[in-house]
Amino acid sequence: MDAILSNLSILTAAPVLNIGLLIDGILIGAIFALAAYGLALVWGVMNVKNLAQGDFIMLGGYITWSLGRHGVHPLFGVPVAFVMLWGIGWVIYRLVICKVITRDLFTSLLATFGLAIVIQQSLNLAFGSDTESAHSGLPTWQFASGLITVPSTRVLGFALAVLLALTVILFMKNSRMGQAIRATAQDARAARVLGIDTEKVYSFTFCLNAAICGAAGALVALVWNIQPFYGTTYSIRLFVIVTAAGFGNLPGVIAAGFGMGVFEQFGGFLLGAEFQQALIVLLLLGVLAYRQIQYLRVRQAVQ
Amino acid sequence: MSLASRQNLPFVLILVAGVAAPFLFPDFINQIAILWLMIVFASTWDILGGQMGYNSLGNIVFFGAGMYVCAIIQIGLFYDVGMYTSSARTTHIVFSSSQYFTGFAIGTVAAGIGAAAIAIVAGWIVFGLRGPYFAIGTLGLAVAAGELLSSWDLVGAASGISMPVFPGGPDVQRLFFYFLLFVLALATLVFVRWLYSTNFGLALNAIRDDEEKAEAMGIRTLRYKRTAWALSAVFLGFAGAIFGNMNGYIEPRNIAFPIATFNLFMVVMVLLGGKGTLWGPVIGAVIFHTIKEVTWTYFLGWQFVALGLLIVITIVYFQQGVAGWLLEKFPDKFRSRTAVAPDREPALRGRLAPQPEGAE
Amino acid sequence: MNDAIIAVDNVTKSYGGVVANHAVSLTVPRGRITGLIGPNGSGKTTLFNSIVGYHPIDSGSIRFEGREISRLKGQEIARLGLLRTFQTTRIYGKMDCMQNMLISIPHRKERYSDMFSHAAPEVGERAEQLLAFVGLYEKRFLRASSLSFGQQKLLEFAMALMNEPTVLLLDEPTAGINPTLINGLIDRLKRANTEFGITLFIIEHNMRVIMNMADMIYCLAHGELLAAGEPAKIQNDQRVIDAYLGAH
Repeated sequence: MDAILSNLSILTAAPVLNIGLLIDGILIGAIFALAAYGLALVWGVMNVKNLAQGDFIMLGGYITWSLGRHGVHPLFGVPVAFVMLWGIGWVIYRLVICKVITRDLFTSLLATFGLAIVIQQSLNLAFGSDTESAHSGLPTWQFASGLITVPSTRVLGFALAVLLALTVILFMKNSRMGQAIRATAQDARAARVLGIDTEKVYSFTFCLNAAICGAAGALVALVWNIQPFYGTTYSIRLFVIVTAAGFGNLPGVIAAGFGMGVFEQFGGFLLGAEFQQALIVLLLLGVLAYRQIQYLRVRQAVQ
Repeated sequence: MSLASRQNLPFVLILVAGVAAPFLFPDFINQIAILWLMIVFASTWDILGGQMGYNSLGNIVFFGAGMYVCAIIQIGLFYDVGMYTSSARTTHIVFSSSQYFTGFAIGTVAAGIGAAAIAIVAGWIVFGLRGPYFAIGTLGLAVAAGELLSSWDLVGAASGISMPVFPGGPDVQRLFFYFLLFVLALATLVFVRWLYSTNFGLALNAIRDDEEKAEAMGIRTLRYKRTAWALSAVFLGFAGAIFGNMNGYIEPRNIAFPIATFNLFMVVMVLLGGKGTLWGPVIGAVIFHTIKEVTWTYFLGWQFVALGLLIVITIVYFQQGVAGWLLEKFPDKFRSRTAVAPDREPALRGRLAPQPEGAE
Repeated sequence: MNDAIIAVDNVTKSYGGVVANHAVSLTVPRGRITGLIGPNGSGKTTLFNSIVGYHPIDSGSIRFEGREISRLKGQEIARLGLLRTFQTTRIYGKMDCMQNMLISIPHRKERYSDMFSHAAPEVGERAEQLLAFVGLYEKRFLRASSLSFGQQKLLEFAMALMNEPTVLLLDEPTAGINPTLINGLIDRLKRANTEFGITLFIIEHNMRVIMNMADMIYCLAHGELLAAGEPAKIQNDQRVIDAYLGAH
């Protein structure tokens, strides 16, 4: 408790630090928002709650890190991870996902949970359990006489995340496939009747999500760090974001992604790094409890 | 019901097998003991998962909570807990025989009660959620429990607690814990069979089949949900207390709240054996545990990957489990047990006036 | 005037911009059969849902046996003796008919010890009698989901009777039933009313059925109460005829 109070007093004494945390939060939050968008997409279109989302991200991160180790500049990891995860996503879709879409929701949840374990453990076997990160070799900017440090990598990561998100959103709005995806999300049967190949839509959506995660993972490796078992924390984080905003509410999801980034930075500062994971989980429970209170008011169950 | 009746036969078999096993296979006592633990895990999970339709990914919370409650009491009755946890590595603290067993007995009872209390509180948080949200919420609880206890210095934080040493030789110790787990498993099965034969079992199934309908018919769904979870928690709490002592060392992330192992195993075992049946969880536990023990050494390094694959394959391709498959193939041999005996037909037929056939 | 067992007073309910019920007031007299008719989209099921607590109302009051129920949860209202059947016929699919019946006993005064008891023989007998009443006695050990649609409807009806309700709200009880079997259903509904003393409030589209059975009929149109009165009067009410013809 004392530690919390002393941290709080540091923040109030030096308001500049708040800005630093805020900036950090927004920069990181962009990556969260990107990955959360993918999760919400798969959820909304196929009603699959992908518990392996965080692990896809880690896969992307490790691909990028491996590139760095082989002499390729890790920034290339973003497109490479994007493409590779698209392919991996396709394989996973064919083998597992397409068979669980039609079943009850717990089945898809458990199936993706199993996948998460397979990926985590495979990464652990392949790369060991140390945390890693990919070095971009870009400078760190300093403001306010050293109180605020902003690695330019983070700004770059932010820019790339925003760029990717905009590309995907534009694609969804203007392309045929994008429209097909939105139609299927609204009513799969109607879409089928109107001639849309929903199988293709599902497959495309899942691959797109995996690719988004791959790119996000590349950014995470550049901007933060990766470890085979961090995937679970990311998955929970993203679930909190999508649950809080509501998976149909895409602008809300993006805003919540940024919010989560900021929240974590402040929370981590105030409570200390060990509590960070606990904080995220408590946030999840908080969000779920909030929906429970809404239920009490509306007399109907939370679906 | 006579001991030899058809419904009691599996129990008798289990009783005989359980008593004989440590003497027939003395090298595998610990593994078979864990099998009984797995049966407890599977049967208690199925109360909520198979019979009530609420898939919990957080039942491990009760296991771990029971473990810690028991440890705190076992130690706390005779020493200051904080001092014990911080100094146990450097000083050797001795518990006399009577101290050990008194502490263990009281601790185990407290573990069951404590776990049930946690279930009721946790139920308040998560039972408003349906389907996958419930699963995620309970998973969150399990992760939170592990994290919170990892930061709690009184109980050793992430380093855990060295449990009081068992007063007796290793052979006695092995047998002692074996029989504790065996008796617990047997008690769990007997309890669960009784539970499903009462109105409680009917209510659970009604909630599973159509919860809104159950509510519309006036069933106090929240009360049943909470009670069901509390009942599973009691047995899980006992299991945690016993396992903690058997292991000799407890620790939050890998022993008390192991999310990727025991917590997940209980779900897979029930899916494998067949959800919502009395023996499905048992069959699943036996199959799963046997395969795991036999292949573990072959898969060295790859075990968890193989486990993950097993989960995915079971879910995708074999969801109704062994019992479900049997029920489909031989529907007459495994008829459901209603709470009223079906042999009163002749008496009733005479009493009822012939009715116009309402449909078909 | 018979005392009103349900009194709906000025109830308004909207869904996302659409006003499903607007200032609807009606009373359901005790011990009688009352009908609720109206073209599709007139708000009948919404009104039912409001009464049984499926969703909250925006304004107005609903009283059951003199007691305000508009803020109670559906569960609690059911335990007070106000029950409903569903348009889509809901039963417990994986349990057999007997089990469906046994779990449908009233849960009003349930204590913790009752939760763990076995069904008393009298309960089992009553279940069998009710199943025989609806003609499902032979099928009582079949899984409920394996029954035909019409049989499931009868099972749902038997379960409702098992619950010993004071009032039963039936949402289109004859929908989807073979016309030759409808008479049997009408007969049973009437007997439930006269022999078991259950007040019935029925939404119906089948005019022959409802005109035959009801003592009084309300007609809704566009979310508002259009007309009320005895069957003969309603049948000849020009506004009702217009509402139905206009709806096509």
